[in-house]
Amino acid sequence: MSDKLIDLINISKSYDGQVVLDEMDLYIRDNEFLTLLGPSGCGKTTTLRIIGGFETPDTGKVIFQGKDITNLPPNQRDLNTVFQKYALFTHMTVEENIAFGLRIKKKSRQYIKDKIDYALKLVNLDGYGKRSVDSLSGGQQQRIAIARAIVNEPKLLLLDEPLGALDLKLRQDMQYELIRLKNELGITFIYVTHDQEEALTMSDTIVVMNQGYIQQIGSPEAIYNEPKNAFVADFIGESNIIDGIMIEDKLVRILGAKFPCVDTGFGTNRPVDVVIRPEDVELVAPEAGTIAGTVTSLIFKGVHYEMDVMANGYEWLVHSTKMFPVGEAVGIHVDPFNIQIMNKPESEDEEAVTIDE
Amino acid sequence: MVRFGKFLKGFYVALMGIFLYAPILTLIVLSFNASKSRAKWSGFTFKWYAALFENEAILQSLWNTIIIALVSSLVATLIGTMASIAMNRMKKLPRQVMMGITNIPMLNADIVTGISLMLLFIMTDFAPGFTSVLLAHITFNIPYVILSVLPKLKQTDRNVFEAAQDLGATPISAFMKVVLPDIFPGILSGFLLAFTMSLDDFVITHFTKGAGVDTISTKVYTELRKGIKPEMYALSTLMFAAVLILLVLINRRRATHEQTVNH
Ligand SMILES: Nc1ncnc2c1ncn2[C@@H]1O[C@H](COP(=O)(O)OP(=O)(O)OP(=O)(O)O)[C@@H](O)[C@H]1O
Ligand SMILES: [Mg+2]
Repeated sequence: MSDKLIDLINISKSYDGQVVLDEMDLYIRDNEFLTLLGPSGCGKTTTLRIIGGFETPDTGKVIFQGKDITNLPPNQRDLNTVFQKYALFTHMTVEENIAFGLRIKKKSRQYIKDKIDYALKLVNLDGYGKRSVDSLSGGQQQRIAIARAIVNEPKLLLLDEPLGALDLKLRQDMQYELIRLKNELGITFIYVTHDQEEALTMSDTIVVMNQGYIQQIGSPEAIYNEPKNAFVADFIGESNIIDGIMIEDKLVRILGAKFPCVDTGFGTNRPVDVVIRPEDVELVAPEAGTIAGTVTSLIFKGVHYEMDVMANGYEWLVHSTKMFPVGEAVGIHVDPFNIQIMNKPESEDEEAVTIDE
Repeated sequence: MVRFGKFLKGFYVALMGIFLYAPILTLIVLSFNASKSRAKWSGFTFKWYAALFENEAILQSLWNTIIIALVSSLVATLIGTMASIAMNRMKKLPRQVMMGITNIPMLNADIVTGISLMLLFIMTDFAPGFTSVLLAHITFNIPYVILSVLPKLKQTDRNVFEAAQDLGATPISAFMKVVLPDIFPGILSGFLLAFTMSLDDFVITHFTKGAGVDTISTKVYTELRKGIKPEMYALSTLMFAAVLILLVLINRRRATHEQTVNH
């Protein structure tokens, strides 16, 4: 797991003077499942297209297995792409679609036939070979697009929001199947999504992007539990992001009350952003909490109750299995370990700036 | 009341039909009339059709018509398809400007296009003749091809072209293998439309042709000026039939195609 399969060095890309990627550095290890996660327009597809060879970066290099491939055309790269809208060849049958890459590589008839059978089994579409692509459902077309890519045995598979068009149930099935496929084939995956749950379930590594900058790279656990800035915290799951003052090491003032925490090294009396996950807010009796407030809304969400609590001028989002009715006075307690302190961005613009690893 | 409305509707359609088709019907009937008279019916005959195919000059003009239609629509299809590909890659504004420019020969009155082409040929000392007519036809045929091909290209997912390259195809083979089959119906419609327009043209041909060169329509025109020639009725009838068949073909293609698109 230590070899760099692909290495993006100092990649920038602008369209019509508008910067889409700004001096991006990123590497992907062999056999890794790496997900690019970020809001619409943050440059995820552009990154994939640069790796795939459909765009040339304005600056920087793409290194693939130690070789500079920045200017290599797509057809000479040892990787395949699953496009967002499948991009199947509609005038061909399922079989012909899957065979497309192998025919170009002049593989033998028998080899191609075996590969088609194998790939169709792999994506659970045994017997669909003679069907026309148009006669398949969205989920089936998606699986054909994946089969068409993997029969070429690429080192690297790029997937651009491959499940974006599917409904929830099918999405979950396909997520599971993709992970199974990856483990079976041992291919490195670069996966693009703007669905944070999908990213958290599937990836070895998540790259959170915003406005062409990498915000944080890390394992799903690290990204979720220790977001590096307010953007990541806000984008990954729901959060309470509150202005605070770091009074000293391990003590932060939020909304006029002092909360013990575990973070150190922020100096004294520094303004910071404080992130507290809704499931980490404990509701207790009014006098037992660090601050007191009133429940303003209550929704039953199945696994837990979702409540809003107005306390010292901030509406806290709370997830709890215990129910507190609207209007009830409650106290708020947060375990020091569950308080995440983050440096404030210097200015609005810097909200998007890279935080170095 | 409803009945009256229905009657009115039927009456209107009938009237439209009469206005549109009465002249052509007259022509067709006269082309089978045994006598030269335009006023009286003296029996059914094929002799004018027979005479037609014995007349060297007419056969020559028929040949010219077909060759010009075929070559001009083929060349226009080639140029128009390439132009469409380039225009499809353009940004919105330049594309719209290009579209406007290419549409001019189509929207212009034929006589304006005809006279301007004639003037251009005279100015450049280009001897009017077969070649000038051919060039003129290519010119006015190109927009019809673009009009049929460009929408098909727009429908084609750009990712399909890229997917083919991703799977190892060179850009040219990717185009041939996945884009061309996708836009082929549009190319064929464009070709048929251009062919029909070329067959059908009189005005532009009239202004750009030299003395010795005639297509069917200009031949009919010169012959009819010389006097009554029922052979010409026969020829016009044949031309009408040819164009009608082509148009029906084009429309059927469109209809079946739209069905497959909206299935
Ligand atoms: N060919 C292009 N010409 C001009 N601008 C482009 C082009 N391709 C992308 N952009 C712009 O670059 C930015 C990033 O686009 P990109 O497609 O990489 O976003 P994304 O992260 O994939 O978003 P989404 O989640 O919506 O797919 C967007 O603002 C987009 O408008
Ligand atoms: Mg995208």
